[in-house]
Amino acid sequence: MTNTIGDIEDADVILVTGSNTTENHPVLSTFVKRAVKFKGARLILVDPRKIGMAEFAHVWLRQNLGTDVAWLNGMMHVILKEGLYNKSFVEERTKGFEELKKTVEQYPPERVEAISGIPAEDLKEAARLYATAKKASILYCMGITQHITGTDNVKSLANLAMLCGHLGREGTGVNPLRGQNNVQGACDMGGLPNVYTGYQPVADLAVAKKMETAWGVTGLSTRPGLTVTQMMPAAHEGKLKALYIIGENPLVSDPDLNHLKKCLEQLEFLVVQDLFLTETARLAHVVLPSCCFAEKEGTFTNTERRVQRVRKAVDPPGEAKDDWRILCDLATRMGYAMTYGSPQEIMEEIARVTPSYGGITYDRIDDVGLHWPCPNPEHPGTPILHREQFTSGRGKFHAIDYLPPAEAADAEYPLYLTTGRVLYHYHTGTMTMRSKGLNERIPGCFVEIAPEDAEKYGVQDGDAVKIRSRRGQIQAAVKVSPKAVVGTIFIPFHFAQAAANTLTHAALDPVSKIPEFKVCAVRLERAA
Amino acid sequence: MDAKPTLTLDGNTFSFDPGETILEVARRNAIDIPTLCHLKRATPTGACRICVVEVEGARTLLASCATPAADKMVVHTESKKVVQARRAILQLMLSSGNHNCAVRGADDQDWTAFQLKVQQEDRATALCPVWGDCKLQDLAYRYQVSGERFPAEASRYPTETVNPFIVRDFSRCILCGRCVQACNDVQVNHAINFGYRGSETKIVASGDRLLKDSNCVFCGECVQACPVGALVEKDVRYHHRPWEMRKVRTTCTYCGVGCQLYLHVKENRVVKITGVQDVPPNHGSLCVKGRFGFDFIASEDRLKKPLIKENGAFREATWEEALGRIAENLKEIQTRHGADSIGVLTSARITNEENYVAQKFTRAVLKTNNIDHCARL
Ligand code: SF4
Ligand code: SF4
Repeated sequence: MTNTIGDIEDADVILVTGSNTTENHPVLSTFVKRAVKFKGARLILVDPRKIGMAEFAHVWLRQNLGTDVAWLNGMMHVILKEGLYNKSFVEERTKGFEELKKTVEQYPPERVEAISGIPAEDLKEAARLYATAKKASILYCMGITQHITGTDNVKSLANLAMLCGHLGREGTGVNPLRGQNNVQGACDMGGLPNVYTGYQPVADLAVAKKMETAWGVTGLSTRPGLTVTQMMPAAHEGKLKALYIIGENPLVSDPDLNHLKKCLEQLEFLVVQDLFLTETARLAHVVLPSCCFAEKEGTFTNTERRVQRVRKAVDPPGEAKDDWRILCDLATRMGYAMTYGSPQEIMEEIARVTPSYGGITYDRIDDVGLHWPCPNPEHPGTPILHREQFTSGRGKFHAIDYLPPAEAADAEYPLYLTTGRVLYHYHTGTMTMRSKGLNERIPGCFVEIAPEDAEKYGVQDGDAVKIRSRRGQIQAAVKVSPKAVVGTIFIPFHFAQAAANTLTHAALDPVSKIPEFKVCAVRLERAA
Repeated sequence: MDAKPTLTLDGNTFSFDPGETILEVARRNAIDIPTLCHLKRATPTGACRICVVEVEGARTLLASCATPAADKMVVHTESKKVVQARRAILQLMLSSGNHNCAVRGADDQDWTAFQLKVQQEDRATALCPVWGDCKLQDLAYRYQVSGERFPAEASRYPTETVNPFIVRDFSRCILCGRCVQACNDVQVNHAINFGYRGSETKIVASGDRLLKDSNCVFCGECVQACPVGALVEKDVRYHHRPWEMRKVRTTCTYCGVGCQLYLHVKENRVVKITGVQDVPPNHGSLCVKGRFGFDFIASEDRLKKPLIKENGAFREATWEEALGRIAENLKEIQTRHGADSIGVLTSARITNEENYVAQKFTRAVLKTNNIDHCARL
């Protein structure tokens, strides 16, 4: 997030899109709800489902799946046409305005309505609300990023914020909500194929040299590696021979599972290190037992870039070990001694090699975590990014055109499917499905369908149906819900027994390599 | 510059900012005015009246949580009148519910009848499930109040236990309204509110439904706010007492909000989770996963030993053997097919330190940049 969670309560207008906030970030959603209920903030919700947040929204725009660039361009079109943009911000802090203008001129609300299904008048109202606010905050999540145009969507949100100068101040910002507790930290720590810690590029020779010195090694590769969504095809083609998976369960979480399984089976050697014998672990040659969060010391970095402590409360079961200890032992065995006494020692090394974490120490974050960038021990941390200027000087507008999703509904597969999570479960369910109480609330997979569609297909709550896509099929129980909109069904992806990702499309965003989980075409029929 | 306005609390003069309540000024200056219904981050209601103080010139005692400080005000926080009022309120609360803790007092027949009635209603032989962890009990002790000898009538509303997380024990509810505020003003879930009137008053969920059939999302904010034993976690009630548990502060393992929480540990087991008050990002709030989703930690299904697959089936192995096998295979593949034939998926669930070690291992030992995690998914 460019801003903090607490900051949301200061906004006059909050634009939430592609985030089912009350279910996926429940505590963060309370900040939005309080802002609306008690502080007079206005909420614009743009979401294909009538999610819980809709109850608090002043405007709910229902876009067709995968048409985000279109409605965002449409909003900017209105803002420009009505002269509502922030001229001084655009002049002083941005570049590329003319190109943007040319592109968004092509998106009058009437055309946008034809593409996105959002009524032109509603779009205008939302545009005016956002643009004329003193402080407007944008919150978004996977509903924006999990598209072949995910990167375009994110850039379009940034365009909108820059156009109105809603950045770099309290109550503003473009704020991605991270789905997993330490996604932010995994990225910050260089758990990515193209960067070391703190986003230092692997292709930069100077960075490689610095790391070689710090680590006492030679020959660090300057060639960016493969993303997870590229590794699987590489495994299938026999280019990737071995894979070491830590605490992930791609056999439920990734797209097009049938194909994925084949990819993993091609591997010569698969190691999985996890808490449980997951679907993925079953395919492994060696499985290693690791500790869960309650059994270890360390830090997580939350979605607002706040580095916070994790502390050991209980001993791990059996011979389970800390992930870092396992990896250090293995490295040492393979001829490179990694011998840390404690996670604190590791953090000291992180601070040494990572400018943005330079001032993070366990002492400083003992009670309240710090927001990076925090370059030195005196630095108070940075709750709000881009205050004076953008990291790269001027903020660049990206002129972006709308592209339709990879798969469209047709006669054979007439329904759209979108996927996501529910309040009571988390990701692939390896943790939450071991809670009796959570299972009692949501015992299994369901397909959420609009009352009109239920009637059309002659199905009722609890009926078993088959959902089929070009890639596979699953069976689930019908849940008729006012959250669903005609023509689009929703299935949570948590459940291995009825894995929604058997159906999803593996088409990737060309830049982020994120799969298009949020749109595919399916067909629904009664199970025999 | 104008001098700040001041008021006198128990003989000492303090300055304050306009808009501050008497309670706020007192708290800031370490003067302990007791409260029950007062809930941070919600509008004060003055409902329980435990926080009353005597203000010179005022006709009645005033609820300090809802009375703004005024210039030259003279306040007595613990005068005879104040203490008398507080004792009367406490007495009434104690005698109108199943408050079967030590403060109920009275070593006679009435107590026996009362205790037996509570035990029967609760199907438990222990004292009140939150004794030792109850604001009412604390205050009763502070003001030396015991429950008067009222006849032990059957409780008006039966205890609700039919959901997996929260027991609602109406017999111990003092109707302070903290849970209502927690639900409506803090979490804004609109699940519970005051219902019925007078002596029938009850905290009801969506028009007096069972919690499980209401708008409740089981965030547990109300449980954390309840000052007595009316709302208690189902798995904790009559199973774990505060003095048996040790609290460890940590960060939630589920979503990216990073809520700060306390793991309550008993005999090497996490048995309860609460939110850490007054610190960002969550200021005490949690959601159902963070508060109740901890069974996995001690699950029997946890992996306890390394496993090696042989002829299609797993067998247990020592760490020595398992790591040896991995090192050997990785080295061999590295030599045969080159560094880039190996990949590592690190995790959005493990710590920063572990992610750091994972990428260092990948880059410095395996000599490849093929490292990623499931941020995209
Ligand atoms: S658990 Fe949460 S939603 Fe349910 S009644 Fe309590 S505060 Fe309200
Ligand atoms: S308690 Fe809920 S909202 Fe808070 S971090 Fe955990 S999962 Fe997220």
